[in-house]
Amino acid sequence: MAKTETMIINMGPQHPSTHGVLRIILELDGEVVVNATPDIGFLHRGLEKLAESKTYHQCIPLTDRLDYVAGMSNNLAYVLAVEKLLGMEAPPRAQAIRVLLCELQRIASHLLWLGTHAHDIGAMTPFFYALRDRDEILFMFERVCGSRLTPSFFRVGGLAQDLPDGFEPKCREFVGAFPARVDEYETLLTQNKIWMGRTQGVGAISAQEAINWGLSGPILRASNVNWDLRKVMPYCGYDSYEFIAPTGKNGDVYDRYLVRLMEMRQSNEIVRQVLDKMPGGAVTVDDPRVVFPPKPRVEESIEALIHHFHIASEGFPVPRGEVYASIESPKGELGFYLISDGTNKPWRFRVRPPSFINLSALPTMIRGKLIADVVAIIGSIDIVLAEVDR
Amino acid sequence: MDLDGISSKVKERFPESILDASTFRGEITLYLRAEDILPICRFLHDDPELSFDYLTDLCGVDNHPHEPRFQVVYHLCAMKTKRRLRLKVSLPHGVPRIASVVSVWKAANWLEREAFDMFGISFLEHPDLRRILLTPDWEGHPLRKDYPLQG
Repeated sequence: MAKTETMIINMGPQHPSTHGVLRIILELDGEVVVNATPDIGFLHRGLEKLAESKTYHQCIPLTDRLDYVAGMSNNLAYVLAVEKLLGMEAPPRAQAIRVLLCELQRIASHLLWLGTHAHDIGAMTPFFYALRDRDEILFMFERVCGSRLTPSFFRVGGLAQDLPDGFEPKCREFVGAFPARVDEYETLLTQNKIWMGRTQGVGAISAQEAINWGLSGPILRASNVNWDLRKVMPYCGYDSYEFIAPTGKNGDVYDRYLVRLMEMRQSNEIVRQVLDKMPGGAVTVDDPRVVFPPKPRVEESIEALIHHFHIASEGFPVPRGEVYASIESPKGELGFYLISDGTNKPWRFRVRPPSFINLSALPTMIRGKLIADVVAIIGSIDIVLAEVDR
Repeated sequence: MDLDGISSKVKERFPESILDASTFRGEITLYLRAEDILPICRFLHDDPELSFDYLTDLCGVDNHPHEPRFQVVYHLCAMKTKRRLRLKVSLPHGVPRIASVVSVWKAANWLEREAFDMFGISFLEHPDLRRILLTPDWEGHPLRKDYPLQG
C-alpha cells in the first residue's frame, strides 16, 4: 500500500500575491491545503509604542502609515478618538469634507484591491483600468493636502485647511464619470466564466462564524451580516446621507467582490450628496488650545508664531480618561482606544486593526481548499500588512 | 440597557465579581475580578438579552509604576442591540496571567497572542500562545513601560 505524507511549503514573505510581507506556512496533501499558519510581523514598527512618546498632534502622521492605501480613514478614526477625549466636535463643514475625502479614499482603496486581486487570479486588464481611475483620486488628494498617500490632513477639531479652489469641478467630473467606469470593470469580471469559476464557493465563511471571528467590513457583509458602522453607529453626520450598505449571501470570494463593487457605487453617491449639500463656515473649531492659528497670521504676528510653536512642540493636555472611537474604514472597523493620564501624550495608544483581525480567520477559510485558492482568498480579505503589523 | 441595567444583570449572576463601574463620554466600563473573566464573558455572550456576540478588541495596558501593574481590556459589542461594553481586569505584577476567552470568541486568538507578545501576559488554555509580531527569540515585551525606547 502506498504511503502518503503531507508536504510543508513556504509561501512568502516575498511573494507578489501576499500583498506585502505575509508569510504562510502551508501543509499540503497533494494540491489540497491541510493546514495553514500565517507568520506576520515583518513590517512591525512598534507604532503603538512610538505613539506613547509623541504628543496627540504628532501622532497624526503615524496613523497615515497604518493602512497606507487609506490614509484619510486612519486620520479620521484617530482624530475622532482625541476629539471624544476632549469632548469636542468638529464644525459641520469639516465633518462634510471628512466624509467626502473618506468616501473618495474608500473608492481608491477598493480600486487598488480590485486591480491587484483580479491580477492575482489572472485577469490583467482590470489592474490598468482600476489604477487609472485611482490615480485621479490621488491627484485630487495631492491638490487638497500635497500628498497622495500620506495625507495627515485631518486635525483635532477639524482640518488642516479648507478645500483648494478648483477642487469641486474636478471632483464633480470624477463623480459624473465613475459609475460608467464601474460598469466597465463589471463587463470584465462579473459574468466572466473564469472569474466566477475561480471565486464562487471559494473561501466561504458563514455569518455566525464571521461574527465570532470578529470580522468586519466588506468581508463581514459578504457573509450576509448587515453591519456597517456608518449605518449602525453613525459618525460625522453619515446619517444625513442616503446610501445602502450592500450585503452578500454566500460569504465567498465572489460575494466579497460584488459587495466591494456595490460599495464603490454607493461611496460615489455619498460624494455627490456631500458636494450638493456642502455647508459653509469654518473648518476648525474655535479653540486656540488645540487648533493652530491661520498660517498668514503666523507669518506676521509674534504671538501667533509662539502659539503655533507651542502647539507643534508641546501639544495640548487632554483630560484624564479613556475612549474608544471607531469608523468604517475600507477594510473594516478601524478603532482607536486611547488612555489619557491628563498629559499631552497618550498613556496607551491602541489601534484596533481590521486587517489583523480579518487575517486571523484566514486558516479557517483556506483549510481543505486548493493551493491556487489560497491566492484568491488572501486577495479577497483585502489586507494591508502595514496595518496588520503596525 | 444602560450601565445600571448591564451591571445589575451581571451582579445577579456573579455577585462578587464587579469591583467598579463607570461611564465616561457615554462609554460603559466594568472593572472585574480577574479570576471570573471567563464565566462572565461566556455569560455576556450567551445571555439572550445581553448577547455580546462580537469581540471588537482585546488589548493589554501597563500602568507601571502604579500597582496593580497590568490590565487587560475587552471591548465587546452586541450586534442585536448595537451596544458597546468595555471590561477591564487588573493583574498583579510578577507573572501576569488570566484565562483565555478564545473558547467564547475566536477573535481573541490573535489578540491574546499580541497581548502576550507585547506585555508578557499569559492567557491560560489559549490554543496556541506564541509570539505573533516579534520573532520567537525576542527578549522582553516592548509595550511594557520599562522597555527602553532606544537600544
